[in-house]
Amino acid sequence: MQLIFEKSRAGRKGFALPEIDVPITGALPEKYCRKTQANLPEVSELDVVRHFSNLSRLNFSVDTNFYPLGSCTMKYNPKFTEKVAAMEGFSGLHPLLPQLLGGGMLAQGSLEVLYNMERLLSEITGMSAFTTQPLAGAHGELTGVMLIAAYHKHNGERRKHIIIPDSSHGTNPASASIAGYDVVVIPTDKEGFLDMRSYKQALNRETAAVMLTCPDTLGLFNPKIKEIADLAHAVGALMYYDGANLNAILGKCRPGDIGFDVIHLNLHKTFATPHGGGGPGAGPVGVCEKLVDFLPISRVVRRTDGTFALDYHKHKSIGYIAPFYGNFGVILKAYAYILALGKSGLIEVSENAVLSANYCLARLKDYYALAYGKSCMHECVLSAARQLEQGVHALDIAKYLIDKGFHPPTIYFPLIVKEAMMIEPTETESKETLDAFIEAMIEAASLSKTNPEALRLAPLSMPVKRLDETRAARVPDLRWQPK
Amino acid sequence: MNYIPHTETEKKEMLKAIGVASIDDLFKCIPGGLRPKSFNIPEGKSEFEVIEYLKLLSCKNAINLTNFVGGGFYDHYIPQAVDALAGCAEFYTAYTPYQPECSQGWLQAIYEYQTVICELTGLDVSNASLYDGGTALYEAAMMAIRLTGRRKIIVDSGVSLIYRTMLYAYTSNLSIEFVETPVAHGQSCREDIYKHLDDKTAAVIVQNPNFFGAVDDFSDIAQRVHKCGALAIASVYPVSLGMLKSPGEMGIDIATGEGQSMGIPLSFGGPYLGFIAVKKEHMRQLPGRIAGATVDKDNQRGFVLTLQAREQHIRRERATSNICSNEALCALRALIYSSLLGKAGFRELAGLNFQKAEFAKAALDKVSGVKVKRSAPTFNEFTVCLPKNADEVVYRMINKGFACGFPLGRFYRGLDNYLLVAVTEKRTKEEIMQFASSLEAALCS
Repeated sequence: MQLIFEKSRAGRKGFALPEIDVPITGALPEKYCRKTQANLPEVSELDVVRHFSNLSRLNFSVDTNFYPLGSCTMKYNPKFTEKVAAMEGFSGLHPLLPQLLGGGMLAQGSLEVLYNMERLLSEITGMSAFTTQPLAGAHGELTGVMLIAAYHKHNGERRKHIIIPDSSHGTNPASASIAGYDVVVIPTDKEGFLDMRSYKQALNRETAAVMLTCPDTLGLFNPKIKEIADLAHAVGALMYYDGANLNAILGKCRPGDIGFDVIHLNLHKTFATPHGGGGPGAGPVGVCEKLVDFLPISRVVRRTDGTFALDYHKHKSIGYIAPFYGNFGVILKAYAYILALGKSGLIEVSENAVLSANYCLARLKDYYALAYGKSCMHECVLSAARQLEQGVHALDIAKYLIDKGFHPPTIYFPLIVKEAMMIEPTETESKETLDAFIEAMIEAASLSKTNPEALRLAPLSMPVKRLDETRAARVPDLRWQPK
Repeated sequence: MNYIPHTETEKKEMLKAIGVASIDDLFKCIPGGLRPKSFNIPEGKSEFEVIEYLKLLSCKNAINLTNFVGGGFYDHYIPQAVDALAGCAEFYTAYTPYQPECSQGWLQAIYEYQTVICELTGLDVSNASLYDGGTALYEAAMMAIRLTGRRKIIVDSGVSLIYRTMLYAYTSNLSIEFVETPVAHGQSCREDIYKHLDDKTAAVIVQNPNFFGAVDDFSDIAQRVHKCGALAIASVYPVSLGMLKSPGEMGIDIATGEGQSMGIPLSFGGPYLGFIAVKKEHMRQLPGRIAGATVDKDNQRGFVLTLQAREQHIRRERATSNICSNEALCALRALIYSSLLGKAGFRELAGLNFQKAEFAKAALDKVSGVKVKRSAPTFNEFTVCLPKNADEVVYRMINKGFACGFPLGRFYRGLDNYLLVAVTEKRTKEEIMQFASSLEAALCS
């Protein structure tokens, strides 16, 4: 498809601004003005509407396709939450209003949403308090690691490293590292769990924290999780919970009860806010009692008269990590989702997510190698190692699934599984959808024996065939250039 | 409502295929001692009830005030087509385009968005977006540290306090030296910046227009900074770039900013849009996703995520940033907004903002006791000195139906009587006149 810039026609307009209603009183001195105007497209409103409507049709999305992208929890995003976020009383509110004298009263509705959401997330995860400020999961991780650093600093300790398993999300070591910590990587044992011998060796009084996902990225719940936490606490280290996989355990166990000290959640995963093609997400962070004072400012507080206010007077706080109170629009959608589902609904989410993942695993285990274990939580990790013997890679299977109308699973992650395919069906997909996907996976496995070339050529039904990614990186073409 | 389609019969069939008797069996891997101590969540409500409840809450927010508050976040009109198109479910219910063949719509949109940011800033390369203007500035500072191998950063105090506070919070454990230089006559104080500029300096950070609304040309600063082997970073306001000298024209190395003004609602602070653009030579130190054009097997143009060797999912603890999810949908809104306004419309929008603000300056100057600061030119936001504490004046003005500005004393010591006033294209001549007369009344009472 042509770029919007290539559709440009000199002099065409797509939007009319109001006529100027004030007298023109002067001009900005020349030295401050730009010499060349930005080359934005010159197109009509219909040009724009048609361009983006047609572009949208080139995407797979949850609303149009099964999207079992492991670790991303691509569940259905209820439509009514979009309506809620668009209510003018919420979407039109300027974030500086509550910072004016007496301004808290101008934002009581939004402050109440934030306050209630912090309480709900605390109860769901068993933590003492939450901040809704982090703007994405990885941003929550960074916030969490900053809280850990502030805690140790407050205790007069300068700890050096954070322990992270080799199966972790890439964001974990990246977040630990940019916050100023060394990363100590622990291998995974034969069962798919944190190798306890290496863990015990690495753990010492220089360990600031242990950063874990539970269930982990292999979809397994580590039965020794309490022991791992106790060992960390014994040397004064804190436990960090990467909440990317919370969809597996709602109402079944709570990170706070296990002994985790810091947790981030991905509202766009477990709490059904749309992923927006790569964001916006929201990554609220919860903490145990001893870390509450370090949370970023502002804090939303409830006054004795039942009104809500912002408190900035927290001298131990790590400061500002976001310009305001978080991705409010996203938080609001997640709040609406939690209110709609309620206690039983949330428990059923995890039960059915785990049921669907185990169903996929059970039906595919004869066709694909299993990475670890015989059952899983909310997602399962298969390996295309057997297919590789025929020269077929996980990538080829993924591309074949695209032709069948399915978004592929996450591939080549976790890094420790050869030819990994990580399937997270979520609770909102019907059995017939799962069955159709499973059949396509089985077909791919059989084609890998009978006609591997068919897999290597896929996809054939998309607007483009396989793209040359090497060329993209070697000769970067990252923007349109005017002729 | 839980949006789960499984019927009881289907659940039984699935359990049978798995080979377990009940769903509880699937959770046996969680040790008994780890069951929740409590799970006190209210029971679910119908969609109708939830909407009614939230509608009530939304009415507790005051959005009927005539708004002159800016401070980096502006009340611009959003064309209806932005909402309609960003509301295409094939955009908003997709995720990061990891599989390019079934994500060409998103990848092309990101490529187009990157072009818009490069065009506005006059720089060479951008990315798929960052969280907000503050985190974008932090990423720029970290880039400068990596590129120069130096650890001292000079920050002009005309840079938003919100962003400076964020910058210091993120780097508090990284042994980076920050020097803040004062604002003189409204603009960045050259003398002070040059006094601190040395061969240990990684970057100088400035903002245009600065927090007080003053417009500047940083060409001279950029030149001096480059002589020291440091980088010049500017945080900019995109709507102003329809008129103001672009960072590229000034010789700035890294431009960042808050993209909220391009078709994104104020929404109480987010989701917003951080943007970043750099000179070509710094491309491989950029954080986050980048879309690039390439060809498929048949030599047809197509788009992919590229230069991924910088990123966390490949490079892990050695990545340029930890960012994964960004603000793609907000970037899409900014792209649609820029496309609708177009080349002429963007310039016209900037002119409209500038002229209305100039008119407001003249109107407020006529209010007795009020003095508009005119030491430097401004774009659509400016500072006025009131005869009374600005906090109290703002409080009184709220009762008259105006959010009349942001009291600078909240962010700067010694500026208790100063008010920061923003005027966008949405403010009519009549509203500006009423603002002036209400202010007159508020100051008298």
